[in-house]
Amino acid sequence: MVKTIEEINEKIRKGKAVVLTAEEIIDYAAEKGAKKTAQEVDVVTTGTFGPMCSSGAYFNVGHSKPRIKLGGGKTFLNDIPVYTGFAAVDFFLGATAMAEDDPRNKIYPGKFSYGGAHVIEELVAGKDVRLSATAYGTDCYPRKTLETDISLKDMNEAVLFNMRNAYQNYNVAVNLSDRMIYTYMGVIQPKLGNANYCNAGQLSPLLNDPYYKTIGIGTRIFLGGGVGYVVGSGTQHNPGVARTENGVPKMTAGTLAVKGDLKMMSPKWLRGTSFTGYGVTLTVGIGVPIPILNEEILRHSMVKDEEIWAQIVDYSESYPQCIPGSLGEANYRQLKSGKITVQGKEVPTSGLSSYLRAGEIARILKEWIEAGKFFLTQPVELLPSVDSGIVFKPLKERPIKKSK
Amino acid sequence: MQKKRVVFNYPSHLVDQPVISKLVKDYDLTVNILRARITPKEEGRLVLEIVGKRAGLEAGFQYLRNLGIETQPLAQDVKWHEDRCTHCTACISVCHPQALDVNRKTMEVSFNRDKCIACELCIPVCPYQAMEILF
Repeated sequence: MVKTIEEINEKIRKGKAVVLTAEEIIDYAAEKGAKKTAQEVDVVTTGTFGPMCSSGAYFNVGHSKPRIKLGGGKTFLNDIPVYTGFAAVDFFLGATAMAEDDPRNKIYPGKFSYGGAHVIEELVAGKDVRLSATAYGTDCYPRKTLETDISLKDMNEAVLFNMRNAYQNYNVAVNLSDRMIYTYMGVIQPKLGNANYCNAGQLSPLLNDPYYKTIGIGTRIFLGGGVGYVVGSGTQHNPGVARTENGVPKMTAGTLAVKGDLKMMSPKWLRGTSFTGYGVTLTVGIGVPIPILNEEILRHSMVKDEEIWAQIVDYSESYPQCIPGSLGEANYRQLKSGKITVQGKEVPTSGLSSYLRAGEIARILKEWIEAGKFFLTQPVELLPSVDSGIVFKPLKERPIKKSK
Repeated sequence: MQKKRVVFNYPSHLVDQPVISKLVKDYDLTVNILRARITPKEEGRLVLEIVGKRAGLEAGFQYLRNLGIETQPLAQDVKWHEDRCTHCTACISVCHPQALDVNRKTMEVSFNRDKCIACELCIPVCPYQAMEILF
Protein backbone atom coordinates (compact mmCIF):
# COMPACT_ATOMS: atom_id res chain seq x y z
CA MET A 1 0.00 0.00 0.00
CA VAL A 2 1.31 3.41 -0.95
CA LYS A 3 0.32 6.59 0.90
CA THR A 4 0.71 10.21 -0.10
CA ILE A 5 1.65 13.25 1.97
CA GLU A 6 -1.82 14.69 1.29
CA GLU A 7 -3.49 11.57 2.69
CA ILE A 8 -1.35 11.72 5.81
CA ASN A 9 -2.11 15.43 6.27
CA GLU A 10 -5.82 14.69 5.93
CA LYS A 11 -5.49 12.16 8.76
CA ILE A 12 -3.57 14.71 10.86
CA ARG A 13 -6.38 17.21 10.24
CA LYS A 14 -8.93 14.66 11.47
CA GLY A 15 -6.78 13.73 14.46
CA LYS A 16 -6.46 10.18 13.14
CA ALA A 17 -2.78 10.03 12.11
CA VAL A 18 -0.73 7.28 13.74
CA VAL A 19 2.61 8.72 14.84
CA LEU A 20 5.48 6.85 16.52
CA THR A 21 8.97 8.01 17.45
CA ALA A 22 11.99 6.41 15.77
CA GLU A 23 12.56 4.55 19.03
CA GLU A 24 8.98 3.31 19.40
CA ILE A 25 8.76 2.09 15.80
CA ILE A 26 11.51 -0.50 16.35
CA ASP A 27 9.59 -2.78 18.73
CA TYR A 28 6.21 -1.93 17.19
CA ALA A 29 7.24 -3.03 13.69
CA ALA A 30 9.14 -6.06 15.00
CA GLU A 31 5.94 -7.26 16.63
CA LYS A 32 3.42 -6.41 13.92
CA GLY A 33 5.59 -7.01 10.88
CA ALA A 34 6.79 -4.40 8.41
CA LYS A 35 3.96 -4.79 5.93
CA LYS A 36 1.17 -4.25 8.45
CA THR A 37 3.09 -1.48 10.24
CA ALA A 38 3.62 0.39 6.96
CA GLN A 39 -0.14 0.42 6.49
CA GLU A 40 -0.93 1.45 10.05
CA VAL A 41 1.74 4.02 10.85
CA ASP A 42 1.71 7.38 9.09
CA VAL A 43 4.68 9.23 10.53
CA VAL A 44 7.90 8.36 12.39
CA THR A 45 9.44 11.26 14.28
CA THR A 46 13.20 11.62 14.78
CA GLY A 47 15.35 13.92 16.87
CA THR A 48 18.88 15.08 17.54
CA PHE A 49 20.42 17.56 19.99
CA GLY A 50 24.11 18.11 19.47
CA PRO A 51 26.79 20.72 18.82
CA MET A 52 26.55 22.01 15.24
CA CYS A 53 29.20 24.61 14.40
CA SER A 54 27.98 25.72 10.97
CA SER A 55 25.03 27.52 12.51
CA GLY A 56 24.15 31.18 12.77
CA ALA A 57 21.42 33.73 12.43
CA TYR A 58 20.68 36.78 10.35
CA PHE A 59 18.92 39.86 11.62
CA ASN A 60 17.34 43.08 10.44
CA VAL A 61 17.46 45.52 13.32
CA GLY A 62 15.53 48.40 11.74
CA HIS A 63 16.87 51.85 10.77
CA SER A 64 18.14 54.32 13.34
CA LYS A 65 17.42 58.04 13.05
CA PRO A 66 19.59 59.42 11.48
CA ARG A 67 20.38 56.35 9.43
CA ILE A 68 23.56 54.28 9.69
CA LYS A 69 25.07 51.88 7.13
CA LEU A 70 26.54 49.03 9.15
CA GLY A 71 28.15 47.47 6.06
CA GLY A 72 31.78 48.46 5.61
CA GLY A 73 32.14 49.25 9.29
CA LYS A 74 32.23 47.11 12.37
CA THR A 75 29.21 45.80 14.26
CA PHE A 76 29.04 43.77 17.46
CA LEU A 77 26.42 42.05 19.61
CA ASN A 78 27.71 41.83 23.20
CA ASP A 79 31.22 42.44 21.77
CA ILE A 80 30.89 39.48 19.37
CA PRO A 81 31.58 40.65 15.79
CA VAL A 82 28.90 40.03 13.18
CA TYR A 83 29.23 39.95 9.39
CA THR A 84 27.79 43.09 7.80
CA GLY A 85 28.54 42.67 4.09
CA PHE A 86 24.88 43.23 3.17
CA ALA A 87 22.43 46.16 2.99
CA ALA A 88 22.43 48.86 5.69
CA VAL A 89 20.94 47.09 8.73
CA ASP A 90 21.11 43.38 7.86
CA PHE A 91 23.84 41.25 9.40
CA PHE A 92 24.78 37.65 10.14
CA LEU A 93 25.98 36.31 13.47
CA GLY A 94 27.98 33.08 13.32
CA ALA A 95 27.76 30.56 16.16
CA THR A 96 31.53 30.24 16.56
CA ALA A 97 32.34 33.98 16.46
CA MET A 98 34.17 35.33 19.50
CA ALA A 99 35.12 38.71 20.91
CA GLU A 100 38.21 40.33 19.40
CA ASP A 101 39.85 40.45 22.83
CA ASP A 102 38.98 36.86 23.77
CA PRO A 103 42.30 35.22 24.73
CA ARG A 104 41.38 32.17 22.62
CA ASN A 105 44.11 29.54 23.12
CA LYS A 106 46.79 32.00 24.27
CA ILE A 107 46.43 30.52 27.72
CA TYR A 108 46.13 26.91 26.63
CA PRO A 109 43.63 25.34 26.81
CA GLY A 110 41.32 28.33 26.32
CA LYS A 111 37.89 28.39 27.96
CA PHE A 112 35.85 29.94 25.13
CA SER A 113 33.14 30.73 27.62
CA TYR A 114 31.24 33.23 25.44
CA GLY A 115 30.67 33.59 21.71
CA GLY A 116 28.11 33.97 18.94
CA ALA A 117 26.18 30.88 20.04
CA HIS A 118 25.76 32.31 23.54
CA VAL A 119 24.41 35.56 22.05
CA ILE A 120 21.86 33.51 20.09
CA GLU A 121 20.84 31.64 23.26
CA GLU A 122 20.43 34.92 25.20
CA LEU A 123 18.42 36.55 22.42
CA VAL A 124 16.11 33.54 22.20
CA ALA A 125 15.72 33.69 25.99
CA GLY A 126 14.32 37.21 25.50
CA LYS A 127 17.31 39.01 26.98
CA ASP A 128 18.71 42.36 25.89
CA VAL A 129 22.06 42.37 24.13
CA ARG A 130 24.27 45.37 23.39
CA LEU A 131 24.37 46.38 19.72
CA SER A 132 27.41 48.55 19.01
CA ALA A 133 28.69 49.73 15.66
CA THR A 134 31.02 52.12 13.91
CA ALA A 135 30.48 53.10 10.28
CA TYR A 136 32.16 55.32 7.69
CA GLY A 137 29.14 57.51 6.92
CA THR A 138 27.59 58.41 3.58
CA ASP A 139 25.26 61.16 2.35
CA CYS A 140 22.27 58.86 2.75
CA TYR A 141 23.54 57.08 5.89
CA PRO A 142 25.36 59.85 7.78
CA ARG A 143 25.62 58.32 11.23
CA LYS A 144 28.99 56.92 12.26
CA THR A 145 28.44 55.35 15.67
CA LEU A 146 25.65 53.43 17.34
CA GLU A 147 25.26 51.88 20.76
CA THR A 148 21.97 50.51 22.06
CA ASP A 149 20.43 47.59 23.90
CA ILE A 150 18.25 45.43 21.68
CA SER A 151 16.15 42.31 22.08
CA LEU A 152 14.63 39.87 19.64
CA LYS A 153 11.18 41.47 19.79
CA ASP A 154 12.65 44.85 18.72
CA MET A 155 14.01 43.38 15.49
CA ASN A 156 12.16 43.13 12.18
CA GLU A 157 13.53 39.71 11.30
CA ALA A 158 15.61 37.21 13.24
CA VAL A 159 16.21 34.00 11.33
CA LEU A 160 18.27 30.98 12.31
CA PHE A 161 20.11 29.85 9.18
CA ASN A 162 22.42 26.88 9.54
CA MET A 163 24.43 25.75 6.55
CA ARG A 164 25.38 22.33 7.94
CA ASN A 165 23.41 20.52 10.65
CA ALA A 166 22.28 17.03 11.63
CA TYR A 167 25.25 15.08 10.27
CA GLN A 168 24.26 11.60 9.18
CA ASN A 169 26.61 9.62 11.44
CA TYR A 170 29.93 10.83 12.88
CA ASN A 171 33.40 9.72 13.96
CA VAL A 172 34.29 8.27 17.34
CA ALA A 173 37.25 10.31 18.59
CA VAL A 174 40.16 8.74 20.49
CA ASN A 175 43.67 9.88 21.36
CA LEU A 176 46.67 7.61 20.77
CA SER A 177 49.23 10.20 21.91
CA ASP A 178 50.58 10.57 25.43
CA ARG A 179 49.14 14.04 26.07
CA MET A 180 45.62 15.32 26.64
CA ILE A 181 44.06 16.84 23.52
CA TYR A 182 41.30 19.44 23.33
CA THR A 183 39.12 19.01 20.26
CA TYR A 184 35.67 19.74 18.85
CA MET A 185 34.94 16.18 19.99
CA GLY A 186 35.69 17.23 23.56
CA VAL A 187 38.64 16.59 25.84
CA ILE A 188 40.25 13.31 24.80
CA GLN A 189 42.45 11.58 27.37
CA PRO A 190 45.87 10.25 26.28
CA LYS A 191 46.60 6.62 25.40
CA LEU A 192 43.02 5.65 24.58
CA GLY A 193 41.76 7.05 27.89
CA ASN A 194 38.28 7.68 26.49
CA ALA A 195 36.28 7.63 23.26
CA ASN A 196 33.79 10.39 22.37
CA TYR A 197 30.95 9.96 19.91
CA CYS A 198 28.40 12.46 18.61
CA ASN A 199 25.19 11.17 17.09
CA ALA A 200 21.71 10.24 18.27
CA GLY A 201 21.95 6.83 16.56
CA GLN A 202 18.56 5.21 16.06
CA LEU A 203 16.79 8.55 16.73
CA SER A 204 18.95 10.58 14.33
CA PRO A 205 16.99 12.16 11.43
CA LEU A 206 19.11 11.20 8.43
CA LEU A 207 19.87 7.70 9.76
CA ASN A 208 16.13 6.97 9.63
CA ASP A 209 15.91 7.96 5.97
CA PRO A 210 19.39 6.97 4.83
CA TYR A 211 18.80 7.43 1.07
CA TYR A 212 16.82 10.69 1.57
CA LYS A 213 13.63 9.24 0.05
CA THR A 214 11.43 11.71 1.97
CA ILE A 215 13.65 14.62 3.10
CA GLY A 216 14.40 17.53 0.82
CA ILE A 217 13.99 21.23 0.11
CA GLY A 218 10.95 22.47 1.98
CA THR A 219 10.63 19.65 4.53
CA ARG A 220 8.99 21.16 7.61
CA ILE A 221 10.88 20.27 10.81
CA PHE A 222 11.25 20.92 14.54
CA LEU A 223 14.07 23.46 14.80
CA GLY A 224 15.34 24.96 18.04
CA GLY A 225 11.98 24.44 19.74
CA GLY A 226 10.05 26.11 16.93
CA VAL A 227 9.15 25.24 13.37
CA GLY A 228 11.77 25.37 10.64
CA TYR A 229 12.43 24.08 7.15
CA VAL A 230 15.10 22.12 5.35
CA VAL A 231 16.47 24.48 2.71
CA GLY A 232 18.61 21.84 1.02
CA SER A 233 21.53 19.55 1.61
CA GLY A 234 24.08 21.04 3.97
CA THR A 235 27.70 21.81 3.17
CA GLN A 236 29.94 18.72 2.92
CA HIS A 237 26.85 16.62 2.05
CA ASN A 238 28.52 13.39 0.99
CA PRO A 239 26.05 10.63 0.15
CA GLY A 240 28.47 8.38 -1.72
CA VAL A 241 30.25 6.82 1.28
CA ALA A 242 30.45 3.14 2.32
CA ARG A 243 27.12 1.86 3.64
CA THR A 244 25.83 -1.27 5.35
CA GLU A 245 23.52 -3.68 3.50
CA ASN A 246 20.57 -1.67 4.86
CA GLY A 247 21.96 1.53 3.39
CA VAL A 248 23.18 3.04 6.66
CA PRO A 249 26.33 5.11 6.10
CA LYS A 250 29.30 3.85 8.11
CA MET A 251 30.83 7.31 8.41
CA THR A 252 29.96 10.98 8.04
CA ALA A 253 27.63 11.31 5.04
CA GLY A 254 24.55 13.47 4.44
CA THR A 255 23.91 16.86 6.07
CA LEU A 256 21.06 19.37 6.23
CA ALA A 257 20.90 23.12 5.68
CA VAL A 258 17.99 24.49 7.72
CA LYS A 259 16.25 27.76 8.56
CA GLY A 260 13.56 28.97 10.91
CA ASP A 261 12.12 32.00 12.70
CA LEU A 262 14.33 32.60 15.76
CA LYS A 263 11.51 34.49 17.45
CA MET A 264 9.54 31.22 17.73
CA MET A 265 12.43 29.23 19.24
CA SER A 266 13.45 28.39 22.80
CA PRO A 267 16.76 28.61 24.70
CA LYS A 268 16.27 25.02 25.82
CA TRP A 269 16.82 23.88 22.25
CA LEU A 270 19.52 26.37 21.16
CA ARG A 271 22.39 26.28 23.62
CA GLY A 272 25.64 28.24 23.61
CA THR A 273 28.37 25.65 23.97
CA SER A 274 32.05 25.94 24.98
CA PHE A 275 34.62 23.33 24.03
CA THR A 276 37.71 23.84 26.17
CA GLY A 277 40.77 24.45 23.99
CA TYR A 278 38.67 24.41 20.83
CA GLY A 279 36.04 27.13 20.66
CA VAL A 280 32.40 28.10 20.81
CA THR A 281 29.56 26.30 19.06
CA LEU A 282 25.77 26.10 19.08
CA THR A 283 23.94 22.99 20.26
CA VAL A 284 20.86 22.71 18.06
CA GLY A 285 17.70 20.68 18.50
CA ILE A 286 16.32 19.25 15.25
CA GLY A 287 13.49 16.82 14.65
CA VAL A 288 12.48 15.59 11.22
CA PRO A 289 9.17 13.79 10.56
CA ILE A 290 9.44 10.81 8.22
CA PRO A 291 6.20 10.15 6.32
CA ILE A 292 5.71 6.38 6.01
CA LEU A 293 4.72 6.42 2.35
CA ASN A 294 5.59 2.78 1.72
CA GLU A 295 7.14 -0.32 3.25
CA GLU A 296 10.68 0.51 2.11
CA ILE A 297 10.61 3.88 3.92
CA LEU A 298 9.25 2.14 7.01
CA ARG A 299 12.00 -0.48 6.94
CA HIS A 300 14.66 2.23 6.91
CA SER A 301 13.02 3.97 9.87
CA MET A 302 13.22 0.73 11.90
CA VAL A 303 17.03 1.09 12.13
CA LYS A 304 18.47 0.12 15.54
CA ASP A 305 21.57 1.35 17.39
CA GLU A 306 23.35 -1.97 16.84
CA GLU A 307 22.93 -1.61 13.06
CA ILE A 308 24.62 1.80 12.91
CA TRP A 309 28.41 1.69 12.77
CA ALA A 310 30.85 4.56 13.22
CA GLN A 311 34.57 4.84 12.52
CA ILE A 312 37.01 5.16 15.42
CA VAL A 313 39.50 7.89 14.52
CA ASP A 314 42.68 9.07 16.25
CA TYR A 315 42.37 12.83 16.82
CA SER A 316 45.99 13.31 17.94
CA GLU A 317 47.50 12.51 14.53
CA SER A 318 45.21 10.96 11.88
CA TYR A 319 42.49 13.61 12.00
CA PRO A 320 44.65 16.77 12.06
CA GLN A 321 47.05 15.40 9.43
CA CYS A 322 44.27 14.04 7.17
CA ILE A 323 45.66 10.50 7.30
CA PRO A 324 42.88 8.28 5.96
CA GLY A 325 41.67 5.10 7.62
CA SER A 326 40.31 4.26 11.04
CA LEU A 327 41.24 2.20 14.08
CA GLY A 328 38.08 0.13 13.76
CA GLU A 329 34.34 0.44 14.04
CA ALA A 330 31.85 0.57 16.87
CA ASN A 331 28.07 0.56 16.78
CA TYR A 332 25.85 2.90 18.78
CA ARG A 333 24.64 0.16 21.09
CA GLN A 334 28.24 -0.43 22.11
CA LEU A 335 28.96 3.30 22.32
CA LYS A 336 25.92 3.90 24.53
CA SER A 337 26.84 0.95 26.79
CA GLY A 338 29.72 3.02 28.22
CA LYS A 339 32.66 1.10 26.81
CA ILE A 340 34.10 -0.10 23.53
CA THR A 341 37.22 -2.06 22.65
CA VAL A 342 39.94 -0.31 20.64
CA GLN A 343 43.22 -2.06 19.79
CA GLY A 344 42.39 -4.71 22.41
CA LYS A 345 41.88 -2.12 25.15
CA GLU A 346 38.60 -1.42 26.90
CA VAL A 347 37.89 2.30 26.49
CA PRO A 348 35.17 4.25 28.35
CA THR A 349 32.82 6.22 26.08
CA SER A 350 31.12 9.60 26.35
CA GLY A 351 28.57 11.22 24.11
CA LEU A 352 28.41 14.83 22.94
CA SER A 353 24.95 14.56 21.40
CA SER A 354 22.22 14.10 24.02
CA TYR A 355 20.18 10.96 23.42
CA LEU A 356 17.81 11.95 26.24
CA ARG A 357 17.05 15.29 24.58
CA ALA A 358 16.85 13.70 21.10
CA GLY A 359 14.08 11.44 22.40
CA GLU A 360 12.32 14.44 23.92
CA ILE A 361 12.38 16.21 20.53
CA ALA A 362 10.94 13.15 18.76
CA ARG A 363 8.16 13.02 21.36
CA ILE A 364 7.39 16.76 21.08
CA LEU A 365 7.16 16.50 17.30
CA LYS A 366 4.89 13.47 17.70
CA GLU A 367 2.63 15.49 20.03
CA TRP A 368 2.49 18.43 17.60
CA ILE A 369 1.39 16.12 14.79
CA GLU A 370 -1.14 14.26 16.94
CA ALA A 371 -2.59 17.57 18.09
CA GLY A 372 -3.04 18.70 14.49
CA LYS A 373 -0.59 21.60 14.93
CA PHE A 374 2.09 20.36 12.55
CA PHE A 375 1.56 19.20 8.97
CA LEU A 376 3.97 17.43 6.65
CA THR A 377 5.27 18.97 3.45
CA GLN A 378 6.06 17.52 0.06
CA PRO A 379 9.69 18.48 -0.67
CA VAL A 380 10.22 20.55 -3.81
CA GLU A 381 13.27 18.39 -4.48
CA LEU A 382 14.78 15.52 -2.47
CA LEU A 383 18.34 15.73 -1.13
CA PRO A 384 20.99 14.46 -3.55
CA SER A 385 21.51 10.73 -2.92
CA VAL A 386 24.10 8.09 -3.78
CA ASP A 387 23.42 8.43 -7.51
CA SER A 388 24.20 12.17 -7.51
CA GLY A 389 27.91 11.67 -8.15
CA ILE A 390 28.78 14.18 -5.42
CA VAL A 391 32.42 13.92 -4.32
CA PHE A 392 33.60 15.58 -1.10
CA LYS A 393 36.88 17.22 -2.09
CA PRO A 394 39.80 18.28 0.09
CA LEU A 395 41.33 21.70 -0.54
CA LYS A 396 43.91 21.50 -3.28
CA GLU A 397 46.50 24.14 -2.51
CA ARG A 398 48.17 25.70 -5.52
CA PRO A 399 51.46 27.58 -5.32
CA ILE A 400 51.02 31.33 -5.84
CA LYS A 401 52.82 32.49 -8.97
CA LYS A 402 54.95 35.54 -8.31
CA SER A 403 54.36 38.35 -10.77
CA LYS A 404 57.28 40.60 -11.58
CA MET B 1 32.54 3.93 62.06
CA GLN B 2 31.56 7.11 60.29
CA LYS B 3 32.87 8.70 57.12
CA LYS B 4 32.86 12.39 56.31
CA ARG B 5 34.02 14.37 53.28
CA VAL B 6 34.93 17.84 54.45
CA VAL B 7 36.74 21.02 53.47
CA PHE B 8 39.14 22.61 56.00
CA ASN B 9 39.96 26.29 55.88
CA TYR B 10 43.21 27.06 57.71
CA PRO B 11 44.19 30.53 58.82
CA SER B 12 47.74 31.43 57.77
CA HIS B 13 49.29 31.06 61.26
CA LEU B 14 48.37 27.35 61.33
CA VAL B 15 49.77 26.37 57.97
CA ASP B 16 53.07 25.22 59.48
CA GLN B 17 51.51 23.09 62.24
CA PRO B 18 51.00 19.30 62.10
CA VAL B 19 47.22 19.42 62.52
CA ILE B 20 46.44 16.32 60.45
CA SER B 21 49.06 14.29 62.29
CA LYS B 22 47.35 15.15 65.59
CA LEU B 23 43.96 14.14 64.17
CA VAL B 24 45.39 10.73 63.26
CA LYS B 25 47.37 10.10 66.47
CA ASP B 26 45.21 11.65 69.17
CA TYR B 27 41.75 10.95 67.81
CA ASP B 28 42.37 7.66 65.97
CA LEU B 29 41.01 8.92 62.66
CA THR B 30 41.90 7.66 59.18
CA VAL B 31 42.51 10.66 56.95
CA ASN B 32 42.62 10.60 53.15
CA ILE B 33 43.73 13.95 51.72
CA LEU B 34 41.91 14.41 48.40
CA ARG B 35 43.17 17.88 47.63
CA ALA B 36 45.32 20.50 49.30
CA ARG B 37 46.25 24.04 48.42
CA ILE B 38 47.81 27.09 50.03
CA THR B 39 46.52 30.38 48.69
CA PRO B 40 48.76 33.37 47.89
CA LYS B 41 47.70 34.79 51.26
CA GLU B 42 49.01 31.60 52.88
CA GLU B 43 45.60 30.36 53.89
CA GLY B 44 45.20 26.61 53.57
CA ARG B 45 42.37 24.66 51.87
CA LEU B 46 42.16 20.93 52.32
CA VAL B 47 39.62 18.45 51.00
CA LEU B 48 39.63 15.30 53.12
CA GLU B 49 37.81 12.10 53.69
CA ILE B 50 37.86 11.25 57.40
CA VAL B 51 36.87 7.87 58.80
CA GLY B 52 36.64 7.07 62.51
CA LYS B 53 34.47 6.32 65.49
CA ARG B 54 31.78 8.85 66.30
CA ALA B 55 33.37 9.95 69.56
CA GLY B 56 36.77 10.36 67.88
CA LEU B 57 35.25 12.40 65.06
CA GLU B 58 33.39 14.67 67.45
CA ALA B 59 36.47 15.25 69.60
CA GLY B 60 38.62 15.77 66.51
CA PHE B 61 36.28 18.39 65.10
CA GLN B 62 36.17 20.13 68.52
CA TYR B 63 39.98 20.24 68.44
CA LEU B 64 39.82 21.86 64.98
CA ARG B 65 37.25 24.42 66.12
CA ASN B 66 39.39 25.33 69.13
CA LEU B 67 42.32 25.91 66.81
CA GLY B 68 40.23 28.22 64.60
CA ILE B 69 39.98 25.94 61.57
CA GLU B 70 36.66 26.25 59.75
CA THR B 71 35.16 23.01 58.48
CA GLN B 72 32.29 22.46 56.10
CA PRO B 73 30.88 19.48 54.22
CA LEU B 74 32.41 19.05 50.75
CA ALA B 75 28.93 18.80 49.22
CA GLN B 76 28.40 22.54 49.74
CA ASP B 77 31.30 23.33 47.44
CA VAL B 78 30.23 21.21 44.48
CA LYS B 79 27.34 22.27 42.30
CA TRP B 80 25.67 20.45 39.44
CA HIS B 81 23.52 23.01 37.62
CA GLU B 82 20.89 20.62 36.38
CA ASP B 83 19.20 23.32 34.28
CA ARG B 84 22.43 23.75 32.29
CA CYS B 85 23.04 20.00 31.87
CA THR B 86 21.92 18.60 28.51
CA HIS B 87 22.61 14.97 29.50
CA CYS B 88 25.12 14.64 26.68
CA THR B 89 27.29 12.35 28.89
CA ALA B 90 30.60 14.10 28.03
CA CYS B 91 31.51 14.01 31.75
CA ILE B 92 30.79 10.34 32.33
CA SER B 93 34.05 8.83 31.13
CA VAL B 94 36.23 11.18 33.22
CA CYS B 95 34.35 10.84 36.52
CA HIS B 96 36.14 7.91 38.14
CA PRO B 97 34.21 7.84 41.45
CA GLN B 98 31.01 7.78 39.31
CA ALA B 99 29.54 10.78 41.11
CA LEU B 100 28.34 11.77 37.64
CA ASP B 101 26.56 8.73 36.34
CA VAL B 102 24.16 7.84 33.54
CA ASN B 103 21.13 5.60 33.43
CA ARG B 104 22.06 3.51 30.37
CA LYS B 105 18.42 2.84 29.52
CA THR B 106 17.24 6.45 29.35
CA MET B 107 20.72 8.03 28.95
CA GLU B 108 19.82 10.49 31.71
CA VAL B 109 22.75 11.92 33.68
CA SER B 110 22.59 12.27 37.47
CA PHE B 111 24.96 13.64 40.10
CA ASN B 112 25.57 12.03 43.48
CA ARG B 113 27.46 14.63 45.50
CA ASP B 114 28.41 12.15 48.22
CA LYS B 115 30.63 10.32 45.75
CA CYS B 116 32.34 13.49 44.42
CA ILE B 117 35.99 13.95 45.40
CA ALA B 118 36.21 17.46 43.87
CA CYS B 119 38.96 16.45 41.42
CA GLU B 120 37.53 18.99 38.92
CA LEU B 121 38.15 16.78 35.88
CA CYS B 122 34.55 17.36 34.81
CA ILE B 123 34.95 21.16 34.70
CA PRO B 124 36.85 21.53 31.39
CA VAL B 125 34.97 18.58 29.90
CA CYS B 126 31.44 20.00 30.30
CA PRO B 127 30.58 22.12 27.23
CA TYR B 128 27.63 23.74 29.03
CA GLN B 129 29.38 24.93 32.21
CA ALA B 130 27.00 22.78 34.24
CA MET B 131 29.56 21.81 36.90
CA GLU B 132 30.87 24.33 39.39
CA ILE B 133 33.33 23.61 42.15
CA LEU B 134 34.19 26.38 44.59
CA PHE B 135 37.61 25.49 45.91
